[in-house]
Amino acid sequence: MSILILCDHENGQLHSTTLNTVSAAKQIGGNIHLLVVGDPSGKVAKAAASIGGVEKVLAATNKALENKLAENLAPLLKSLAAGYSHIMAPANTTGKNVMPRLAALLDVMQISDIIKVIDADKFQRPIYAGNALSTVSSSDTTKVITVRGTAFEAAEENGSAAIETLDSAEDAGLSIYMKSELSSSERPELTSAPIVISGGRGMQDGANFAMLEKIADKLGAAVGASRAAVDAGFVPNDYQVGQTGKVVAPDLYVAVGISGAIQHLAGMKDSKVIVAINKDEEAPIFQVADYGLVSDLFDAVPELEKELG
Amino acid sequence: MKVLVPVKRVIDYNVKVRVKADQSGVELANVKMAMNPFDEIAVEQALRLKEAGKAEEIIAVSIGPTQNQETIRTALAMGADRGIHIEAPQDIEPLAVAKLLKAVVVQENPGLVLVGKQAIDDDCNQTGQMLAALLGWSQGTFVSGLEITGEKAIVIREVDGGLEHIEITMPAIVTVDLRLNEPRYASLPNIMKAKKKPLDSQNATDLGVDIAPRLTILKVEEPETRAAGVKVANVKELVSKLKDEAKVI
Repeated sequence: MSILILCDHENGQLHSTTLNTVSAAKQIGGNIHLLVVGDPSGKVAKAAASIGGVEKVLAATNKALENKLAENLAPLLKSLAAGYSHIMAPANTTGKNVMPRLAALLDVMQISDIIKVIDADKFQRPIYAGNALSTVSSSDTTKVITVRGTAFEAAEENGSAAIETLDSAEDAGLSIYMKSELSSSERPELTSAPIVISGGRGMQDGANFAMLEKIADKLGAAVGASRAAVDAGFVPNDYQVGQTGKVVAPDLYVAVGISGAIQHLAGMKDSKVIVAINKDEEAPIFQVADYGLVSDLFDAVPELEKELG
Repeated sequence: MKVLVPVKRVIDYNVKVRVKADQSGVELANVKMAMNPFDEIAVEQALRLKEAGKAEEIIAVSIGPTQNQETIRTALAMGADRGIHIEAPQDIEPLAVAKLLKAVVVQENPGLVLVGKQAIDDDCNQTGQMLAALLGWSQGTFVSGLEITGEKAIVIREVDGGLEHIEITMPAIVTVDLRLNEPRYASLPNIMKAKKKPLDSQNATDLGVDIAPRLTILKVEEPETRAAGVKVANVKELVSKLKDEAKVI
């Protein structure tokens, strides 16, 4: 068996979920190859080559792949598919965009967002926002899989794989990348941060998120939000933790003014320690919190900041 | 331009799902069903395109058991012009759905397919991308902004780090995200009117598409529940617990 993994990266940095995906691939077993696209500096390919257990890194340098457009990337993956039993990607927006397109080109049924590898054909994945777990067996010859990063340990960066260059891509001419508006932040990235502090509708206003940012800076935490806070326009959508946003599993998750709707719990309930601060004693968030503080957040949050020194 | 809007019938998002005792799936009997919320956003966007004079006809299509016609009626009540129901098993997979939708696209020749980015039952997030692949069309996924100008459209995509703008060539598949719009409610007169709108029904087997499942569901189970912890009296106690007991700060 051989496994090909599409690496995810942003701003020249290998995304940590690639390391989790390599761990999932190791559980399947076989030779592991990584594909890096849109990496003109070669920095990401180098980082990928240092992941332990990786045999080879394919660096696709063709300009048509620079912005990871699905219409150009899926055919490249298809052209490589014959050599692999499994083609995997982290279940990030790039993987979610490209992999189903690949699966349909290969006439196989994708297995989305796996959280457990049973064997080379069988995988567990959440359905209904994680309210049920489904174990499925695939009969397809090539398995196309996206991997939930938080469900697998990060692979160690102690390897030295060979890097091979690929130039065989074509521009399908169907789409053109124009620009990105990326949220810039000095804080750690939400899905890989060791501590996450999130605000909900109880924050009342986007400006009040500054209170959470102060605490985040003291703890080295990322700032997240519930869908309610995003819908209310307090913060941009890339803050969203939940079924339709990001799935996080930090060592510490602090939910501030979040009631705990099923959709939100789906995105954070695998966190190691959960703290809830909410003035409503009956809020469902307290049913999953290790430490609950029933208090008005506008009193508790500034006090917390002071206590942290 | 015709706009095709695939709509899925799923368990209403307010219902707490229950796993069947024999672990074969989740309980669907006597459970309130509704249109997949992301598909409602797709219907709404199609209506707005029509209201802006950029679309002439909106066709809602749903694939599944006979009851899916109710979901199509909901789309018609919102304002879609006609419906197509394709009779198929409840648990049909996204790949098969994409193949059936391709057959409908070939019949109807729409200039745009608008669909939810994922269904809230199987959470697959595949159908739109697969349909785009099968048709060889461009795709704009997880879209929170859409501007169509003739042969091109500019979409704003919700990506991990923020937003991405891409230009796609029409005809195209656009999968919609939450922030694109807020769907309207159907008014009572429109619900009545929807009953008279045309709804054509076909059988999946008549479309010459292989819909046999590729995945076998071995087991569906409840996730481990997380036990509630303790309530702390004040911030001081919280910080000391996090430092000394949980050792996370």
